[in-house]
Amino acid sequence: MKVYLDNASTTVTDPRVVDLMLPVFTENYALPTSEFIHTPGQMVKDLVEGSRKSLAEFIGAKSIEIVFTSGGTESINLAIKGAALEHGIRGKHILTTTIENRAVLDSVRFLKRMGFDVEFIPVDREGFLDLEFLDKSVRKDTILVSVQTVNDEVGTIQPIEEIVKIVKEKNPDTLVHTDATYALGWLPFNVESIGVDLASFTAHKLHGPKGIGALYIREGAKIAKIIDGGYAEFNMRGGTPNIPGIIGFKGALELVVSNEVERIRRLRDFLYKQIEKNITDTVLMGPKNFSQRHPANLNVSFKYVEGESIVLYLDMKGIAVISGSACFSRGLEPSYVITAMGHSHEDAHGSIRFSLGRFNSEEEVIYTIEVLKDVIKTLRDLSPLGGN
Amino acid sequence: MALPYSKRLIELFLSPKNVGEIPDADAKATEGSPACGDMVQLFLKVDPETKRIMDVKFKSYGCASNIATASIVTELAKGKTLEEAKSISWKDAERELGGLPLTKIHCAVLAVDALHTAIENYEHQHGLLKEKTPTTPEIIIQRLKRVIDPRKGVDVVRAKTVKDVVVENGVATITLNLKQDEEFAQHLAQEIEERISPLWDIEKVEVKYS
Repeated sequence: MKVYLDNASTTVTDPRVVDLMLPVFTENYALPTSEFIHTPGQMVKDLVEGSRKSLAEFIGAKSIEIVFTSGGTESINLAIKGAALEHGIRGKHILTTTIENRAVLDSVRFLKRMGFDVEFIPVDREGFLDLEFLDKSVRKDTILVSVQTVNDEVGTIQPIEEIVKIVKEKNPDTLVHTDATYALGWLPFNVESIGVDLASFTAHKLHGPKGIGALYIREGAKIAKIIDGGYAEFNMRGGTPNIPGIIGFKGALELVVSNEVERIRRLRDFLYKQIEKNITDTVLMGPKNFSQRHPANLNVSFKYVEGESIVLYLDMKGIAVISGSACFSRGLEPSYVITAMGHSHEDAHGSIRFSLGRFNSEEEVIYTIEVLKDVIKTLRDLSPLGGN
Repeated sequence: MALPYSKRLIELFLSPKNVGEIPDADAKATEGSPACGDMVQLFLKVDPETKRIMDVKFKSYGCASNIATASIVTELAKGKTLEEAKSISWKDAERELGGLPLTKIHCAVLAVDALHTAIENYEHQHGLLKEKTPTTPEIIIQRLKRVIDPRKGVDVVRAKTVKDVVVENGVATITLNLKQDEEFAQHLAQEIEERISPLWDIEKVEVKYS
C-alpha cells in the first residue's frame, strides 16, 4: 500500500484542477499586458480576474487587494522586505517568532544584515507565542510584526486576531503580516475579522498547483515592490504571471468543502488515538487541545528511537512521512521549531510529522498504525536506551 | 530515484548483524548521545590467552547509517586480535558499505570509536597497557570531551558543565556545575563514571555537584 502522509509539505494537485489548467497552456495562452489588449488577451484577463475575485471572496477581501506571486515564499519575501523597504525610514524594528517558516526567518535575517532591528518572540512548549512578550515589545519604531497563522510542523494555531489587536493598540502604524500558507482552505480565515494588513498564501498545500501564491495587501497598507519588471499585478509584482497556476488556484479553492476538512480531522484524531493506544512512551508535539491544532497535522516523538530510521523504515513499507531529527535534515540540526518550543534535542530527533490530505483513506491510516507499531518495536529492540 | 544509501547499507539497516548486549562482557563502550541524534553501545568478549575478540555485540540509537556502520564494524572486528582490530578505521567501514553520504561519515567514525574505546578499556582493565601513564586531570578531561551534556547538545567540557577535576590516590573527583536534583544530573554522573572508571589506576570515580 502507498500512503502519502506528507501533505503539509505539499499535496497532490487534484486532477480536476489539472483539467481546468490544461486549456490555459494550449488555448488561452495570451497575456493581458494592457487594458486595451487584443481579444485573446481579453479572454485571459477575464480568467485571471475571475481567479482574483474568487480568492478575494474566499478570504473576505477585495480583488484589488490580491497580488498573485510565484508561491508562499515569494509572498512572504514581498510582504516582509516590501514593508521594510517602504517603512525603513520611519523605523527599523521588526518582530517575528522563533518558529516561523524559513522564508520569514531568512527574510528577517537578511534585513538584520541590512541594519534592521529584528526581535524574536518566544513560544511556549505547545508553540503558542508569548502574548505578554509581544505586548511589551511593540514600540513606536516597530514597522512590522510577522506571525504565522498556523505552524506546519507542529500544527499550532496562533490567536492571530488577538495578536493583531495587541499590536494595533500599541501602535496603529505597525503593519501585521501573517504567513497563512497552511491555513488557507483548512481553517476559517477572514482578513476583515482578523484585521491583518498582509497575508501570504499558496495553492499547493490545498491540492492546487505548485508555483502559484498570493499576497493580500490591505487597501491603504503600503509596501514596496521587490520584483521589478513592468506594471503587472497592480504594479506590485513584475514579470509574466503564472496564468495556468492562477486558474488552478481558483480551481483548488472551489473544491474546498468544510465537511471534507472534518473528515480529515476525524482521521487525524483516529491516527493519534491508535498511536497512543498501541505505542508506549510517545510525546505529542504541539497543542494538546486539538481545537487549537491544524486539522490535518499530527506530530509525535517516539522515545528511545531516532526519526530518520523511522522515516526510512516506513518508506520501505510505502508510507511517506518526515522527521524533525538532525539526521533527517540537510544541516544535521534538529528541528528548530521543536527545540524553540523548549523540547530536548532527543525529542526532536524522535519526532515524526504525519500530515493528512484529501486523498487519505481510513484503510491507509489503519495500515500506517500497523506498520508503525512494528517499526517502533524493531528499532527499540536495537536501541541502547530500551523502550520495549 | 535513489536514496543516497547503498544497497548494502539498506540491507544491514533492515537486518543488522551482532545486535544485542553481552551481559558478562569483558569490555564495554558507549559513544555519542541521544542529544546528538546517534549513540552506539558496544560489548566485547575477549579470549584472555590469544587476545582475540570472541564475540562482539552492539546496540544503536540512530539513523540508518548508524545502525549499518555499527553492524559492519562489529563484523570486521569479530575474530580479530585486539591489535588487529585497533587498525580498523571508518574508511574500512565506508568501503565495506559501498560508500556513505558525506553527512553520514560521522556515523562510521562513531561506530569505530566505540570499538577502539572498548579495546582501550579492556587494555586498561587487564593490565595490557604498554606504558602505564598515571592518570592526570588532563587525561580525564580528554575522556570527558566525549560525554555529551543532553541539555546543550555539546560535550560537558565545551558546555562548561565540568567545573573541576582532581585525581588523588586512585580517586577521580569530578565536580559539575550542576545541581544534584537537575533533570539530567543522575544520567550524566553515570555516563561520566562509565567513561572514567576503566582507566587502569582509577579505583573510584566521585561525581560532585555545586
